[in-house]
Amino acid sequence: MKTRKFDTQVQYLKYKVLREVARHAWDDNLVFEHFNDIAKTVVKGKEPTMRCCIYKERAIVSERIKLACGGDKSNPNVIEVIDIACDECPLGGYKVTESCRGCIAHRCEDACKVGAISFDKNQKAVIDKDKCVNCGKCAAACPYSAIQDFKRPCERSCKVGAISMDKETYAASIDNDKCISCGACVYMCPFGACMDKSSITDVIKILKESDGNKNYKVYAVTAPAINAQFTYAKTGQVVAAIKKLGFHSVVEAALGADMVALEESAELAEKGFLTTSCCPAFVEYIHKFYPTLVPNISHNLSPMAKISQYIKTIDPTSKIVFIGPCTAKKMEIKRDEVKDLVDYVLTFEELQALIDSRDIPIAELEEEALDNASYFGRIFARSGGVTDAVKQAVKEQNLDIELNPAVCNGIEECKKALLLASKGIRKNNFIEGMACVGGCIGGAGNLTHEEKDAKQVDKYAEQALEKTISDAVSMLK
Amino acid sequence: MKVTICIGSSCHLKGSRQVVEALQNHVREANLQDKVELGGAFCIGNCQNGVSVTVDGVVHSVNPDNVDSFFENEIKSKV
Repeated sequence: MKTRKFDTQVQYLKYKVLREVARHAWDDNLVFEHFNDIAKTVVKGKEPTMRCCIYKERAIVSERIKLACGGDKSNPNVIEVIDIACDECPLGGYKVTESCRGCIAHRCEDACKVGAISFDKNQKAVIDKDKCVNCGKCAAACPYSAIQDFKRPCERSCKVGAISMDKETYAASIDNDKCISCGACVYMCPFGACMDKSSITDVIKILKESDGNKNYKVYAVTAPAINAQFTYAKTGQVVAAIKKLGFHSVVEAALGADMVALEESAELAEKGFLTTSCCPAFVEYIHKFYPTLVPNISHNLSPMAKISQYIKTIDPTSKIVFIGPCTAKKMEIKRDEVKDLVDYVLTFEELQALIDSRDIPIAELEEEALDNASYFGRIFARSGGVTDAVKQAVKEQNLDIELNPAVCNGIEECKKALLLASKGIRKNNFIEGMACVGGCIGGAGNLTHEEKDAKQVDKYAEQALEKTISDAVSMLK
Repeated sequence: MKVTICIGSSCHLKGSRQVVEALQNHVREANLQDKVELGGAFCIGNCQNGVSVTVDGVVHSVNPDNVDSFFENEIKSKV
């Protein structure tokens, strides 16, 4: 890994599998017999580097190959657990660690409302697991931070409580009735046992069958977070690489965001209370956990779906691939109102693998233009961006409503705002919900999740030719 | 008559918004809404010479400065 492309080695491993699968798919060579070849390419040599032996490593890679080829079709969820990749991390809950000094204050004992804490002969705290309810109050009370929560990383990452341990296999298990496909577990599992299903082979198929865009045109709709992604190349070079893959054209999803901002502000003025509809995991969260608020979800399509709808109107035979940071978008395109608009979704991780499967030297390519949207469409990529855009749209359209927004950054903040709203306590008239912390730039399918990304989004947004939302969408009418 | 204006990135940067707005105004002022169908496209494959506009399939290179004469010569006089 000469150029730093990934946050973790798990991402790098997933990327290698996707890249090799893509190579075989370009050659029409993706049959089951080749799974072993791919596994051997990814897991080289005789010594294990990740697991107990190379055979287990290759067995897991085989499972990853299946997911790279679309995964279990009978499972409607786009996120799956690879049982044998799950390391069955211990499930201890709160435990007293060696840092307990056996103090005499015993704040932990006072903090515990269920009487689960006692002390051994050295005055060190002991938790009675039969009584403990994992509330965490003892951990918060300890001045030495000696009590820690030994939750599995996947469970900790899942803020909607969709992950638990399978009682038979001890592996992680996803409850599809709760899962919002945000991909937090995919990014957080240290063993890469949670993985999103890929459409990379389907995308290769439609690119090949288009015969150089002669039979139909294939459009790439890219999320504005693209600019913060490819640290080693310019966005214009990534655009050039996408075209080299065989896409007819690259269009900013942010132009769809401009369209959404105008309509969403008008809808807000009409209804008086609205929750945003651009983040599919947030929308899914409302459907699954706060169904009484479903009528308040904006009826607008997401920016991805909105711009795709426009492209399909001007070019009805077109195929559209959305490329972004989001695993939940893979779920969104199964929704009735979106399934005819967007054909496939790829993450930036998958785009990287696709580009490298053709050995396209991104950093050497001549830059190509990508400029469709306004400043405001582009800032949808970060938390608070939708609100800023809707505020601007209210102003541009002279709407008679005062925006009083709750900007919810991450699903935990969404939960607080939705809980209040569902109980009729409506301090705000507009709830912007982003399931990932930071907004789309925190999405699971990103290559990087660095602090600077939000500033990068704003900087990129300022480069847009169009400075107002109305100007950006004026050409579409 | 079908007139398609490229609104892809490259043409957008060369002024397709101004070209679209000018053509919309001209068509309206000349009362040709029934005869001229204006539409957009994301890339016509003529990026070097944008803003690309096709008139019944024939590609023309237009810019905000010559859009008025383009309308007179290629659209109004031929419709």
